[in-house]
Amino acid sequence: MRFTLKKDKSGVVVVGVEGQLIVGNRQELKQKVLDALEEGSRKFIIDFSKTGYIDSSGLGVLVSLSKKIREQGGELRLAGLNADLQTLFELTKLDTLFAITRTAEEALAAF
Amino acid sequence: MSLRLDVTPNSMRLDVPSDLGIVGDAVELVASHVPPGTLSPRRISFNLRTALAEALGNAIKYGTGEDPGRVVQVQVELGRDFVRIYVVDDGRGFDTNRVPDPTLPHNVEREFGRGLFVIRHLVDDVAFNEKGNGICLTLRAG
Repeated sequence: MRFTLKKDKSGVVVVGVEGQLIVGNRQELKQKVLDALEEGSRKFIIDFSKTGYIDSSGLGVLVSLSKKIREQGGELRLAGLNADLQTLFELTKLDTLFAITRTAEEALAAF
Repeated sequence: MSLRLDVTPNSMRLDVPSDLGIVGDAVELVASHVPPGTLSPRRISFNLRTALAEALGNAIKYGTGEDPGRVVQVQVELGRDFVRIYVVDDGRGFDTNRVPDPTLPHNVEREFGRGLFVIRHLVDDVAFNEKGNGICLTLRAG
């Protein structure tokens, strides 16, 4: 399990989630994104192309981060969901809360 | 913190310390010992792992209160075409009928409250013991 943060030349922060996003590591992701928000970043993409599974705590932290980023005038987009994760977002109706693209590159281009 | 999985041809047993940080390792340990062919690799990789992480997370957070002196018990029955997982804590239990629907418009933006809903969609059968401190997840082949 690992989180990577990279800022592209236009200032968009791309967060990679390798492994899983679950109750045991959600706080680490939250803190990393909140730190970047505190430092002035406003546009975020979380890339799940290397993510195996996400539990409800992981989903919850995405909801929480999205709210905090929006409160600061920013936006959080999601990318790279596999078919099972896409279904999970649809079942929980979270696909209605987030802009979701097939790849991080598509999300970057859309900002 | 170490985990010890006891394995027989038809079962597994694991005591998980009440520490949210160990949930991922416990899930991997169980999932990686499910015999090939019992469930499809995709159901092991996603459905089983996610549902077990949910059940363990709930048991540790709400059942044992993240008290490092307590444990959550995981027992797994391995059938020819099914896997049945029991997750039991020593807490007071909760009323599973009082969990709100997280997909209702006023709940969608809530941070918490999706765990049971997610579990019900990932496994073939969910049952609880009478006290509400034990959950049984059944995943079938096919």
